[in-house]
Amino acid sequence: MNLIRLENISRRYQMGAETIHALRDVSLTIDRSEYVAIMGPSGSGKSTLMNLLGCLDTPTSGRYELNGVNVSEMDDNQLAEIRNREIGFVFQTFNLLPRSNALHNVELPLIYAGVAAEVRRKAALEALSQVGLADRIHHKPNELSGGQRQRVAIARALVTSPSIILADEPTGNLDSNTGTEIMALFEELSNHGNTIIVVTHEEHVARHAERVVRILDGLIASDEQVAGRVAAEEYSK
Amino acid sequence: MNFIWETFEGMRIALAAIWANKLRSGLATLGIVIGIVTVTLMGTAIQGLNRSFLEAVSTIGADVLYVQRFSWFINSWEEWLKAEKRQRITLAQVRAVEKQMRQARAIAPFVETRRPVNYKNRRSDSVTVIGTTDQFQFTKGISVALGRYMTAPEADGGRPVCVLGSTVATNLFLIESPVGNKIRLGSQTFEVIGVLEKQGDFFGEFSSDNAVIIPLQQFITSFWHSPDFQIQVKVIDIARLDEAKEELRGILRRIRRLAPGTEDDFSIDQQEMFLSMFGRVSRTIASVGLFITGLSLFVGGIGIMNIMFVSVAERTREIGIRKAIGAKRRAILTQFLIESASICVLGGLLALAIAYPVTLLLKKQLGGAMSPTVVTIALLVSAFTGILSGFFPAWRAARLNPVDALRNE
Ligand SMILES: Nc1ncnc2c1ncn2[C@@H]1O[C@H](COP(=O)(O)OP(=O)(O)OP(=O)(O)O)[C@@H](O)[C@H]1O
Ligand SMILES: [Mg+2]
Repeated sequence: MNLIRLENISRRYQMGAETIHALRDVSLTIDRSEYVAIMGPSGSGKSTLMNLLGCLDTPTSGRYELNGVNVSEMDDNQLAEIRNREIGFVFQTFNLLPRSNALHNVELPLIYAGVAAEVRRKAALEALSQVGLADRIHHKPNELSGGQRQRVAIARALVTSPSIILADEPTGNLDSNTGTEIMALFEELSNHGNTIIVVTHEEHVARHAERVVRILDGLIASDEQVAGRVAAEEYSK
Repeated sequence: MNFIWETFEGMRIALAAIWANKLRSGLATLGIVIGIVTVTLMGTAIQGLNRSFLEAVSTIGADVLYVQRFSWFINSWEEWLKAEKRQRITLAQVRAVEKQMRQARAIAPFVETRRPVNYKNRRSDSVTVIGTTDQFQFTKGISVALGRYMTAPEADGGRPVCVLGSTVATNLFLIESPVGNKIRLGSQTFEVIGVLEKQGDFFGEFSSDNAVIIPLQQFITSFWHSPDFQIQVKVIDIARLDEAKEELRGILRRIRRLAPGTEDDFSIDQQEMFLSMFGRVSRTIASVGLFITGLSLFVGGIGIMNIMFVSVAERTREIGIRKAIGAKRRAILTQFLIESASICVLGGLLALAIAYPVTLLLKKQLGGAMSPTVVTIALLVSAFTGILSGFFPAWRAARLNPVDALRNE
């Protein structure tokens, strides 16, 4: 069974009289433990695809099966539950709660999952130390560097042990060195068996992945395994 | 379980948000503060009004049934003639009523006549002399200013004592205290044992100010051997005045041996007039008060709704983040409802702090201080206003599409 199975997915936006086809009849399957990069020019539909994969949005037509469950016709609350259990998001702009410290930000998904306070705290501390931030747990986002903020976001994505980690241009707001560090972190997570899908339009970022899906104008243009995968450490030299 | 953590989180966020926007929240809550101050003052005033209503009911005797041969409302000569032929109400009948009546708090027979009254060389013409029992103080709702009222043995016994109405007392006694002195009623001498509190002109002919009250037995031996009695029956529950009236009517018909189907040969009257007038006034005040209160709360509620829309708009991105990581609609809804309810309850507390000294200052006019009931109502009303006026903004927030919310800058 595939972890993700998209069948003839379309997403159209109605802008007055004009219909925008953000995705046209996309079919795609992704298996557990894969590390996939999604590439394409601006406006090609990458974020639209990520939103659908992350159950933030529902397709105009087509069928989406996640873990064998049809999620394309679920309502708002059911999708929220799926997102909470199955998906970990990492955004380009971090999207942390500005007034909460790192620890609380990481605990948040567990609060909505109904996990008790001590269990929550323990899991959050573990996730934070996994991303190397065990000594920054009481810092608020504006007291952290960009790279550290993204690590907090990654810890928040990891804390529920989701089926998939989705990252939409996670290095887009970081300088290249910090970006490389973050990519190294993803690689490490991938090596531990996590399923990771990263959107990027930087070739060198995509080269960390095992598989690259290219999108053009809402269609899948190519889908291939990467032959010479570059280890992050090598690249930084 | 989820709900508990969500609620905790909701409170955390709400308090943090209010604290972060102290000035704004404070200003927004002003309307609520004014509204709740109104609620508290109105509530206290209405409670005071009800209390004075109940007091008035018993001083006026609105909870008293008056039995006599002549109706209070005789409209024609024929009616008077008919009433004139009726059998008198005798002492034996009075005793029977006293024994049988269930729904009575107090029963007092009384008879009255007019006599001049003398003390030394001072004289007062045409004073109402009332012969009655110790129960009269309850049915009549009189209170004693000086000395005491007569006791049950005195009412039945032969000792010549009397209690003076306040006007009689001031007319006869200039400097001396009346209590302990002897006055003359007609040819009889009576020892003064007490003076009544002034009742005032409001009670008109029902006032006991120009009266001398003597024991029933004394009245019978001194003035009138077989008088036509009147009976005052104070009921236990004014809300069941009509029931008590029916009971009394049944008893009287039985002891006066009236055949079924014949007309009553007595009359039972009550001070309905006062009751309905008082009821009308207090209802009017209460509804005007409710209207003003409702209006100011409505205005306050609009202010809260407005500030909550601002709060939701400002935190659209935060809502997007929360939804993305798994917050359901309910969690977002609760979060904002808690926020608006907290603002309003804080406003309510502030209002109570303001209203409390005011009620103390106006204790006289309001007829009492702030009661725990009013405090509870005020806090419940403020929480309810908060939830009501926060609902629409919170509902909009809960329904936000996460993709759109996250894109919000
Ligand atoms: N809410 C929306 N309403 C209307 N059109 C939309 C909406 N969201 C996306 N689109 C359109 O859908 C198309 C795909 O957008 P999408 O955000 O997926 O692009 P992208 O590949 O992520 O681009 P970028 O690399 O710039 O992030 C674009 O033409 C965009 O204008
Ligand atoms: Mg995009």
